Amino acid sequence: MKIVHPLIKYVRPGFLSTTNCAGCGNGIIAQSILRAVDELEMDIDDFVFVSGIGCAAWIPSPFFNADVLHTTHGRPIAFATGVKLSNPKLRVMVVSGDGDLVAIGGNHFIHAARRNIDLTVICANNGIYGMTGGQVGPTTPSGLKTATTPYGNLERPFDLPNLAKAAGAVYVARWTTYHARQLTKSIKRAVQKKGFSFIEVISQCPVQFGRRTGAGNAVTMMQNYKKNSVSIKKVDKLKENELKGKIIVGEFIDREEPELCEEIAKMRERIG
Amino acid sequence: MIEINEELCKGCGLCVAFCPKDVLKMSNKLTKKGIHPPEVINEKDCTLCGNCMLYCPDLAIVIGKEEKIV
Repeated sequence: MKIVHPLIKYVRPGFLSTTNCAGCGNGIIAQSILRAVDELEMDIDDFVFVSGIGCAAWIPSPFFNADVLHTTHGRPIAFATGVKLSNPKLRVMVVSGDGDLVAIGGNHFIHAARRNIDLTVICANNGIYGMTGGQVGPTTPSGLKTATTPYGNLERPFDLPNLAKAAGAVYVARWTTYHARQLTKSIKRAVQKKGFSFIEVISQCPVQFGRRTGAGNAVTMMQNYKKNSVSIKKVDKLKENELKGKIIVGEFIDREEPELCEEIAKMRERIG
Repeated sequence: MIEINEELCKGCGLCVAFCPKDVLKMSNKLTKKGIHPPEVINEKDCTLCGNCMLYCPDLAIVIGKEEKIV
């Protein structure tokens, strides 16, 4: 007598254990992606998952039983652009971390958003370089003590959804790992959307972020996400000092813009 | 019905913390990995809300109705 996990059919055979540390948010993001594919009743073989380097790059590779491209550091969007342009029928999803997508690969990120190429980009933002030992990153909140900022981080973090929105993305959302149900819904929307869609997921790193900055273990971090998140619909009613230290979650933008692959097809028709 | 795969579990405790009905509890048992997996203490209170399955990062917990057993 055994119940089979509904998502285990999407996991590569021979899977013995996830690559995450205990309590890592990456597993919750991986499940949300698989659940979105399952709920959309899409064939996972139509997808190409592209990831770079870092803990979050291990979400699709080798865990998902699909076509997975594990690429060089910071370049998953560049590889994904190539995949999408060579075969526009494929659904290309980039899953990577904040250090990979917006630190070293920041330029690829803003230019893919500007081009509005049909990609779904999911950024697992843990606010630190987890795999290399907890160094400060461009998404580390100000004032936090990390391995390389023992007196506190003096820099300001990136606001990723607004960066993507300003660069030209057509669908932008931000959730935390606590909002796994809303995240699944957002991934479904992003996959169906034509154009560059970006979802930032604030994810807990209990081993590096939790330990070094004093944020606590996985349970405390997720309970803080629940306590500190504010829906974007309620932001206008709140004052600036009430928003301090809060995580604004929700859909930042959902608009229609001309998509690059379609524009290329139109150009081909026009010039014969 | 709640099933915990102790080989996949890493003992993070998220399922226990986010269960609204306190169905699960961390056990004193030690697995091969050297962690304490959760155990079901009062299954009759379970409403099959799915929080434990949703927040388990390691696909180690499955819930389902009895008739869905494969």
